[in-house]
Amino acid sequence: MDMALRLRRIGLPRLIVHISVLVIVLLWLLPTLGIMVSSLRDKNQLAVSGWWTALSTSTRTEAVRLGTGGAPVQEGGLYVMTGNVLTEASGKTITAFGTRIQEPAAHKIGEPLDLGDGETLKLSADGSYRYEKNAPFDAARGKRIYLTLTTPPEFTFDNYRTVVNAEGIGRSFINSLTVTIPATIIPILIAAFAAYALAWMQFPGRTLIIAMVVGLIVVPLQMSLIPLLRMYNEIGLLFGVPSKTYAGIWLAHTAFGMPLAIFLLRNYIVGLPREIIESARVDGASDFEIFVKIVLPLSFPALASFAIFQFLWVWNDLLIAMVFLGTAKDQLVLTGSLNALLGSRGGNWEILTASAFITILVPLIVFFSLQRYLVRGLLAGSVKGG
Amino acid sequence: MAGLVLKDIRKSYGAVDVLHGIDLEIAQGEFVVFVGPSGCGKSTLLRMIAGLEEISSGDLTIGGQRVNEVPPSRRGIAMVFQSYALYPHMTVYDNMAFGMRIAKESKTEIDRRVRAAADILQLTPYLERLPKALSGGQRQRVAIGRAICRDPKVFLFDEPLSNLDAALRVATRIEIAKLNETMPDTTMIYVTHDQVEAMTLADRIVVLSAGHIEQVGAPLELYERPANLFVARFIGSPAMNIIPAKIEQGGATTVITLAGGKSVTLDIATDTALAGEAASFGVRPEDLSLADEGEDYLFEGEIVIVEQLGEVTLLYIGGLVENEPIIAKIPGIADVQKGQKMRFTAPRRKLHLFDKTGLSLLK
Amino acid sequence: MTGQIVSAIGVMIVGVLACIAYFYLSNKLLDLVFPVPDGNVEAASKGLRRRAIVRPWLFLGPAVLLLTVYLVYPVIATFILSFYNRTGEDFVGFSNYQWALQDRDFRQSIFNNILWLAVVPAACTFFGLVIAVLTDRIWWGNIAKSLVFMPMAISFVGASVIWKFIYDYRANGETQIGILNAVVQFFGGNPEVWIAMPFWNNFFLMAILIWIQTGFAMVILSAALRGIPEETIEAAVIDGANGWQIFWKIMVPQIWGTIAVVWTTITILVLKIFDIVLTMTNGQWNTMVLANLMFDWMFRGGGDSGRSAAIAVIIMIAVLPIMVWNIRRASREAEGH
Repeated sequence: MDMALRLRRIGLPRLIVHISVLVIVLLWLLPTLGIMVSSLRDKNQLAVSGWWTALSTSTRTEAVRLGTGGAPVQEGGLYVMTGNVLTEASGKTITAFGTRIQEPAAHKIGEPLDLGDGETLKLSADGSYRYEKNAPFDAARGKRIYLTLTTPPEFTFDNYRTVVNAEGIGRSFINSLTVTIPATIIPILIAAFAAYALAWMQFPGRTLIIAMVVGLIVVPLQMSLIPLLRMYNEIGLLFGVPSKTYAGIWLAHTAFGMPLAIFLLRNYIVGLPREIIESARVDGASDFEIFVKIVLPLSFPALASFAIFQFLWVWNDLLIAMVFLGTAKDQLVLTGSLNALLGSRGGNWEILTASAFITILVPLIVFFSLQRYLVRGLLAGSVKGG
Repeated sequence: MAGLVLKDIRKSYGAVDVLHGIDLEIAQGEFVVFVGPSGCGKSTLLRMIAGLEEISSGDLTIGGQRVNEVPPSRRGIAMVFQSYALYPHMTVYDNMAFGMRIAKESKTEIDRRVRAAADILQLTPYLERLPKALSGGQRQRVAIGRAICRDPKVFLFDEPLSNLDAALRVATRIEIAKLNETMPDTTMIYVTHDQVEAMTLADRIVVLSAGHIEQVGAPLELYERPANLFVARFIGSPAMNIIPAKIEQGGATTVITLAGGKSVTLDIATDTALAGEAASFGVRPEDLSLADEGEDYLFEGEIVIVEQLGEVTLLYIGGLVENEPIIAKIPGIADVQKGQKMRFTAPRRKLHLFDKTGLSLLK
Repeated sequence: MTGQIVSAIGVMIVGVLACIAYFYLSNKLLDLVFPVPDGNVEAASKGLRRRAIVRPWLFLGPAVLLLTVYLVYPVIATFILSFYNRTGEDFVGFSNYQWALQDRDFRQSIFNNILWLAVVPAACTFFGLVIAVLTDRIWWGNIAKSLVFMPMAISFVGASVIWKFIYDYRANGETQIGILNAVVQFFGGNPEVWIAMPFWNNFFLMAILIWIQTGFAMVILSAALRGIPEETIEAAVIDGANGWQIFWKIMVPQIWGTIAVVWTTITILVLKIFDIVLTMTNGQWNTMVLANLMFDWMFRGGGDSGRSAAIAVIIMIAVLPIMVWNIRRASREAEGH
């Protein structure tokens, strides 16, 4: 169909919408794209050219010397020297050359160049040359010529290898897993029971506890850190165990995630049809059985939502890890490692970009595969009318 | 002339055709009701007239002007939605004034029209209230008031009474009827699935089914002379009884045999070539009465259920039509017992005959 | 390393089993202590009643315990500590607060926090709303929304690396590898050290949080917009309103409540956030904010619990109005149950 007709079909306003959204999406993608592309680039290229040029070939100038003569070959009155100016099989190609440094691209390759004094030079793109003279070559050092080279884009996993082994990111990855997985699963159980009690059981003080839970969601972590740190230290002294352990951080994350967990789960459980629970009661099931056999299975979407929330939160956390796990090098989680690298290797972008990408890889995978649940968790209790 | 003309209007959603070639002419000031079962396309048709849905093909003309491409606000229409669609954050006054404010009318003019509409609908004490502080019936009146303020050529109603309870429905229906009287030059198009609303409000009824017009006509015309089986069963409650039959003899009067063997003579002229063809015999429950001893009767059957409603008695007669009892509506309290075998008759001019394709043979 | 993994898995299993064991056993115990005998209706009712009184606390027990130990107690303790000296031994009254008001870093932090609070929630909500509206009308809207939402999954530290790369600075005339300076240089300007610019560097840091949180606002506002009854918009179309008028006069007023929730949630996040400033500038060049200042004082010179507690309390006070509002909202809804 004719482009103009198609545009008119869509309508100009609609087209503007499409374009605006495209611009917005590109703006939002650009930052992440930048480090992803950069982390795969050769570190030399990274340091000298913007990542947006990564796919184009880069151009450089190099100075080389032709050979000194050695055993000149004579061909019908002419002395001929052949050789190759490119020493490594680097995939580079010469696009032009010149005899003066100010003009490294003055002459085309492949065409014989008359250099005067009876000398002719023919240079090919792969570096092989044919130097002809009507007298023996007598220069002590080879003639110097200047090449304009293009190198194709180089992509490599080297940065990742460096980062995982030498910089300890691999270790931090394991640490992050160690912290995150238990800190995601244990809160679910505890919060689910509490949420059910607050949703469907009658007891004095229920409203008060609900209010407390809602209030606590908002309390800044900063309010908890100092006394908890002291408490951990004291317990450590009392029992002779170190104060910064995985058990400590698991409990901390469980507790800090509790208000939101109870809030999300309660909202969902409260919305379950009352009749199902009541008919189970009439059938003689105790609250425990109702919870385990009916409510828990039905609450799966809410449980999944919270699990993802908590997973992302714990995996991406820096503050609690720094406070409760410390900053010893092999105890760092991914976020802590990355933070330390920013300090120690601030200029080495190949290391920083690769590390950053490893840090964000797992959350991104979780995000894209389970987005639906994350969205649902966000929406719980957030959507209100005017 | 602000009438409407619909010429070969069609609507499809992708590969699915929803409306097939609707042709209709509505005169100015007429009150037309679109009626039909769910999914027949009546709401879609209304929304196409309003401009909320695109017309796939065909021409829509309002007041002599083709309006297929004209936006809703310029068509001279106003719409009352089933769910009222009031702006919940605005007062009643602001709801009614909104359209005029968009059109940049003067403040005095806006005030005059809003108060006039509020007066007609007895909304004046509620002008400063928010919709959530109003009852369902009051909200519906505000929706009507908002439509009045647009001073439209055509009023569109999309099942406006469905969300109201039974008593309120009757009261609001009467209000709409009165409204119609006060605005004789305004055309009104009303969509409903309730045939009582259709029969009581309409100048003409358009019966729709599966995207086709089945019949257009005045209410009583549809009642007395339904054009086909669909209309015959749709209008009237309980529905008309349909008994399979065979035409024995055509001509100035027609003789048929009913299922069960009884022979009936009808004052309906048919083509003699129809002899031997299958047909459907129709008679309304309210036209049936108990046959006296010795009187000629239409059929005989066993009473399966007796429903005493006080003002009428409903008798369900089994045995004649497979799986479907015939219903008779006898006035008052009939002295009939379940299990009794009774004979039924009906006036000859109230008998209907439909050919094998379902078309009425009544001319 | 494998030892670590094994022990982590071990703990997880033990933890989960312990939880299950607690819940199961405690409930079983309850049923034993308060029997419900068949036949004797009165004793059965009494047993059921007693169970119903105790059981909720069994369910709630662990959660309430954790909340009290890790949240309620520390909040009170921090509050009290703010009135004590750096080691928490001597009572010093309000002197920590007085110190704070005089301290240059503290005043700078308050100023910066106000900047952040004024800009970030507004920007996120506004952009979120605009993007929500735009993406709802095109067929690839969900994909677009997904991509805008994606930064929410990224840690703040990761985001800081990403943006530090964008803000990278090379001397004028050299090839820039940071995209912002590359664009500036391309259009003839001079490259800058963005994160060190006086006053404006705060905004370059804010850009990071806006990049992350706009997706959050967008997701919630998009759901709210979809909850608007389609017919109110159709009625407005019939009334002659154009897209712009419909948006401001019909749609936005109907989602006011949700806009408020989004705004306040982001506000609280802005007050708590510490990772971005820590990794980008560590508070240098006048970018310090309260959360970082507090962290600083927790460990500086061996730790000054009095001062850091005071700063924490001040953050808490800023959050208080929102907390109260949230509780009132939740109570109003819980009343239905």
